[in-house]
Amino acid sequence: MLPAITADKLTKRFGDFTAVNQITFEVRKGEIFGFLGANGAGKTTAIRMLNGLSRPTAGQASVAGFDVYRHAEKIKRRIGYMSQKFSLYEDLTVRENIQFYGGIYGLPLDEIRRQMKQLVAGLGMEPYARSLVKSLPLGWRQKLAFSIAIMHRPEIVFLDEPTGGVDPITRRQFWEMIYKAADEGMTVFVTTHYMDEAEYCGRVSIMVDGRIAALDTPHALKAQFHAASMNEVFLNLTRPGRHQS
Amino acid sequence: MRTVLFIVRKEFVQIFRHKVMLPLIFLMPIIQLVILAHAADYEVRNINLHIVDHDLSQYSRRLAGKFQASGNFILTGSSFSSQAAFDEIQKGDADLFLDIPAGFQRSLLRESRAGLQLSVDAVNGVKAGLANAYATAIIQDFNEEVRSELAGPGAGKPSLAIASSNWFNPELNYFTFMVPGILVLLVTLVGMFLSGMNIVKEKEIGTIEQINVTPIRKYQFIIGKLLPFWIIANAELAIGLTVGWLIFDIPFVGSLWLVFGFAAIYLLVVLGMGLFISTVTETQQQAMFIAWFFLIIFILMSGLFTPIESMPPWAQQITKFNPVAYFVEVMRMVLLKGSGLMDIKRHILVMGGYALAVNGLAVWNYRKRS
Repeated sequence: MLPAITADKLTKRFGDFTAVNQITFEVRKGEIFGFLGANGAGKTTAIRMLNGLSRPTAGQASVAGFDVYRHAEKIKRRIGYMSQKFSLYEDLTVRENIQFYGGIYGLPLDEIRRQMKQLVAGLGMEPYARSLVKSLPLGWRQKLAFSIAIMHRPEIVFLDEPTGGVDPITRRQFWEMIYKAADEGMTVFVTTHYMDEAEYCGRVSIMVDGRIAALDTPHALKAQFHAASMNEVFLNLTRPGRHQS
Repeated sequence: MRTVLFIVRKEFVQIFRHKVMLPLIFLMPIIQLVILAHAADYEVRNINLHIVDHDLSQYSRRLAGKFQASGNFILTGSSFSSQAAFDEIQKGDADLFLDIPAGFQRSLLRESRAGLQLSVDAVNGVKAGLANAYATAIIQDFNEEVRSELAGPGAGKPSLAIASSNWFNPELNYFTFMVPGILVLLVTLVGMFLSGMNIVKEKEIGTIEQINVTPIRKYQFIIGKLLPFWIIANAELAIGLTVGWLIFDIPFVGSLWLVFGFAAIYLLVVLGMGLFISTVTETQQQAMFIAWFFLIIFILMSGLFTPIESMPPWAQQITKFNPVAYFVEVMRMVLLKGSGLMDIKRHILVMGGYALAVNGLAVWNYRKRS
């Protein structure tokens, strides 16, 4: 089976600054792939190269079997993306956001209507369907944004710190949604700062200063670094002053 | 096409969701139209006149009386010294003074000639020029009267009299002249700002990223952004013309279809420029400054406030790239003169080319990937 994502020495430079430095990895189909790293390690830049928002400086990558240089627009049909910045229109209602994104992904009208019902019910948001998104609490908005990002049934969904600033209960619910999507065969590529969430991932890569410093299952990583938790693994790798030996 | 409609719907919902937008887009320009139409009047009335009458004769009083009766001048003072009159001008209490020398009547009667001195405050060149012209006309008129009285009726050399008739705006009504032009400016302002702020606003709040990861085509996005403002600006033009017709009695000599047909192309140019500005800037503030830069040039060089013919040749060349100048001219030609399609053929072709170029540029410069 073809991998969902491959990256081979993928690099992005901004002037003299190398944000992403020759990263190489593969994400399997249907996998929940955790993409960890400190702030500024290059996670968002890497995601933006994969989803077609940013042109790589060097290296190769393919997403859903398409080359990121030549077929960015074909990739876009097959992926969903939830950015770090809040991505819904705050001055539109829940319904209007669903209609709009469903519409520009080209879903048929009855399909949009069907999904609208299902999505709003699934989130328990019926009373708020006609409320402006800006009036919703952050956790709800993030869950809504995720549901909308996968409305067009993408093969792969990229989530850039989807649970930042969200309370633990909502984070738990959010991960249930991620698992449900993965069960349906969707590949999930997720960045996070929460180490408990790293434990939920199938495999985890940890980025340090633009490079991938480690990549394996949480279990194997803990064994490799003789650590009791992912938190320790992460600190071990990213602690300032640490250099690869 | 369907994708475009989804964007159009979203834009309309967003524009009118904010309660201030409706009055902002429709009411404010109409208020401006009504106010500006009254303000932008070239006729200079109320010129403050100071008379220095050293002669105090029958003729000198008659001349002063003619000035007052003209309606353009207000006699704000009189004195017997030129110095006093000069001081009045210095203080700004008088715009010009007329100095009638002693012996004015006597030399007029004896020698059939007499001198007068007219001093005009020329800080405001336009006003001074007009004041001078009005004053000269009054003096000439006075001259004619006196001559014919002295020589007796039917005598004297026949002189060449010029009788002018003003076509298309027979009463030299400034509303007729200005309102269509002001309307063009208002529609342009609203259109350019709405479109100029739009894409850049999505950049600021970050939603543009979410659009850019969708398979949407660049042209679909630009058309979807263009169409709502195009509809709004056309509606605005229709309302403005109605106001012009109801309040200002603007004649609709030519075809309204032609006006709206031209407006349809013209608005593509203005909105395309706005969207292009929106694609090159990063914040709404930047977009605002750039939009103003162009608007000021477009407006002041549109031929609305100063005739293009009186500009230096290089400036006239610049106005050839000014869409506002074209629309102002077309409005006046069609509404006041009744010009037809063939008369504005050149304007249509230029605007059409312009629209293609500007919108092409906007599509080209809109980047889904950085």
